[in-house]
Amino acid sequence: MTDWIDVAALDDIAPRGARLVKTRMGCVALFRTADDAVFALDNACPHKQGPLAEGIVHGKAVTCPLHNWVISLETGLVQGNDEGQVATYPARVADGRVLLDAGFIRARSAA
Amino acid sequence: MTQKLIVIGAGMATGRALEHLFEADADYDVTLFNAEPRGNYNRIMLSPVLAGDKTYQEIITHDAEWYDANGVTCRFGERIAKIDPVAKTVTAENGDVLSYDKLLFGTGSNPFMIPLPGHDLEGVIAYRDLEDTQQMMALGPDNKVVVIGGGLLGLEAAAGMAARGVDVTVVHIMGHLMERQLDEAAGYLLRKALIDKGITVRCQANSKEILGENGQVKALLLDDGTELPCDLLVMAVGIRPNVKLAQDCGLAVGKGIHVDDQMVTSDPDILAVGECVEHDRAIFGLVAPLYDQATVAAKTLMQQEATFVQKELSTKLKVTGCDLFSAGDFADAEGREDIVFRDPARGVYRRLVIEKDVVIGAVMYGDTADSNWFFGLIRDKTDISEMRDTLIFGPAYQGGTPMDPLAAVAALPRDAEICGCNGICKGQIEDAIADGATDLGAVRAVTKASGSCGTCTGLVEQVLAVTLGDDFVIPAAQSICGCTDMTHEDVRRLIKSRALKSMPAVWQECGWKTSCGCHVCRPALNFYLLADWPLEYADDPQSRFINERKHANIQKDGTFSVVPRMWGGITTPDELRAIADAADKYMVPTVKVTGGQRIDLLGVKGEDLPNIWKDLNDAGMVSGYAYSKGLRTVKTCVGTDHCRFGTQDSTGLGIKLEKTLHGSWTPHKLKLGVSGCPRNCAEATCKDIGVVCVDSGYQISIGGAAGMDVKETEFLIQVATEDESIDVIKAVTQAYRENAKYLDRIYKWIGKVGLEWVKEQIEDLTIRQALVDRFELSQSVYRVDPWAEHVRKAETYQPIANLTLEAAE
Repeated sequence: MTDWIDVAALDDIAPRGARLVKTRMGCVALFRTADDAVFALDNACPHKQGPLAEGIVHGKAVTCPLHNWVISLETGLVQGNDEGQVATYPARVADGRVLLDAGFIRARSAA
Repeated sequence: MTQKLIVIGAGMATGRALEHLFEADADYDVTLFNAEPRGNYNRIMLSPVLAGDKTYQEIITHDAEWYDANGVTCRFGERIAKIDPVAKTVTAENGDVLSYDKLLFGTGSNPFMIPLPGHDLEGVIAYRDLEDTQQMMALGPDNKVVVIGGGLLGLEAAAGMAARGVDVTVVHIMGHLMERQLDEAAGYLLRKALIDKGITVRCQANSKEILGENGQVKALLLDDGTELPCDLLVMAVGIRPNVKLAQDCGLAVGKGIHVDDQMVTSDPDILAVGECVEHDRAIFGLVAPLYDQATVAAKTLMQQEATFVQKELSTKLKVTGCDLFSAGDFADAEGREDIVFRDPARGVYRRLVIEKDVVIGAVMYGDTADSNWFFGLIRDKTDISEMRDTLIFGPAYQGGTPMDPLAAVAALPRDAEICGCNGICKGQIEDAIADGATDLGAVRAVTKASGSCGTCTGLVEQVLAVTLGDDFVIPAAQSICGCTDMTHEDVRRLIKSRALKSMPAVWQECGWKTSCGCHVCRPALNFYLLADWPLEYADDPQSRFINERKHANIQKDGTFSVVPRMWGGITTPDELRAIADAADKYMVPTVKVTGGQRIDLLGVKGEDLPNIWKDLNDAGMVSGYAYSKGLRTVKTCVGTDHCRFGTQDSTGLGIKLEKTLHGSWTPHKLKLGVSGCPRNCAEATCKDIGVVCVDSGYQISIGGAAGMDVKETEFLIQVATEDESIDVIKAVTQAYRENAKYLDRIYKWIGKVGLEWVKEQIEDLTIRQALVDRFELSQSVYRVDPWAEHVRKAETYQPIANLTLEAAE
């Protein structure tokens, strides 16, 4: 069963913006798209660990600020000719709140 | 044997007919009479001339060289007094008698003047030719104008003058504007848009009398007693074919000169084309049928077969920011049904009138992108019963899946009009391509398609793509990114001409293929909107690269560097102490002097940014914008203050320039240098803008670079005073902001527009001052310190949640 944790209000993240969530194993980036979907990904580009939360969000993708790799927010897969994948975590929005799956925190703690 | 052709009237129809003749090397010796003292120009482009979007020079279709090359004898400014169809001669005003083998009438039409009392006063004009246009262009913001007539022509005249700041009132006798083309709802939207442009609109207004003083127009009196004061009164209520000459020589004339399907009048050696003709009970005012007539007349003159067929017509209004389209018949009648779509928020209105499963009329306002497709349904009488449910949404929704835009273009018939300004249809473009024109430039050169207002450029390219298939490659450098096929230049032009003031408006109007752009186009659009509408457009932080969004430079490990501004390279011991304290407090690993004479604190953590900014702010320092596509630094030497060679106060000028320009956003980074003498210690001649002080003043040069390319600046102008040098630099910066492609440094931009063009902007003092004014207007919003602003939203720099304390189990 999924155990959801309330981490923030949706409005704390700008549309097409991102914010960080601190965990014991480093930061996870929460992205909000223009149509108010929320995605959680590791905050590190597979290329040179660029901070994805600082990238430009477009559609359901983010462009890494260091070298413009484009990463799908849905799958974590690198788009285009580059290769790689970023870990993604369950996240959802309910009643204007952003919820993360507690299981992912345990997984990251145990890693 | 060479035959003699006399042409009466140098209008758009006869101009086109002559082109066809000469292109086919027809054996005619041509004499061209014109009552106006000039040759052929594109009359439908007078509206853009009036609005200031074009100059007269740009709308000339045939110049002296062309007439010369084709051996045309031009008799401009001369009328024909008499025609003798039996002797086959014409008599010119000065008494010259010329014989002809064939005669071509293109006498056009006369504006209809309502015979109101006072209609012959000075200052009562029609809107017909260049003289009328020039009289309207001569008006200034202190003038008042009344336009009688709320049809196409009247509204184009009104909008053109309003754009010049003239106080304009439109008086229309009917209940809504453009009642022949629009229904009430669309008329309402149009009226609203015109009122937004500052135009006063009075519908159901009956003119009674034109009042004057000393023979000069003073006001218009309505029959309800209202007096509308005016310095000029424009009557734009309709046109009448100009048939006097034809009537006098005995040709058959009704409303216009009678012609048959070959454009031949009742005299087999006399032809007629254009607004002066009547064909099958119809007369003509729009350009497309005139061009068709020209084609037919040319063929007839060459003894080739051709038939003129009347077609359905559509109308568009050439008023910036008012997109409307109408075609067919949309009056209410028995057995007719309506499909209506409204989106009040976007100001979009669409109405289709259907009779027996066929669209017979369409009115669209606000979003006319699909108008060609609807027009095709009307003209081809397509049975729409299968797609009735989704018809109103346009071609993209037909057939279940979104239609490939190329398929939509491929489906257009050969006679679908692509370029409205020049009356070019798809078939002509296809023919040009078959003859070897395989890119946009060549098609434009051969057919003139997309050469006028340019809004159809994308469509022309699509015709190229459809016709050439894999052989056609839209040059990769041309489009901004994968979200659009448009170039930076196209988008910039449309943002200005259609007054697009938000990113969704650009995506919508320019047909973006993605929902919200990407990391390539969004920063460019954000800049263009901010440069063109500084007071109306709200900057979008999410469309800025991280450096500009967080006002610090991101480094390879995700930390940031912080650079306080040092005006003109000057600092103080107190500032240095504050920088040292900040470096200690935030454990800055590296402190470096930059290439631009400043101090860089490298390795600051993202969440510490607001705190370090606050400390530096408290010591009197502001952001150095070391990250911006905007002013970076003004590098200086010490000038007359300390240097034995210095000729002017170069440090002082550098500080003034930096205080003037700081905060400004530009297409790319902007670096300046001011050297106090030609020894050039500030290396001003490899900056974007450089000033070298000399005894007699200030030498300003532009277009230097010392980055990916190394370039020396090119000399722009020398001025005598410091104030003038600052004005010149503001003006150059503004011209660069308004015209350059995003991410082009000044030297690349000059490579495209030419240094001469930039010089013209600067040397013309009126243009220069206007650029300075627009620069200051923009800076009134943007000359700010972002650090102080962002300290107030410091929490957004922190993690949104801390889950490190959550139990591992």
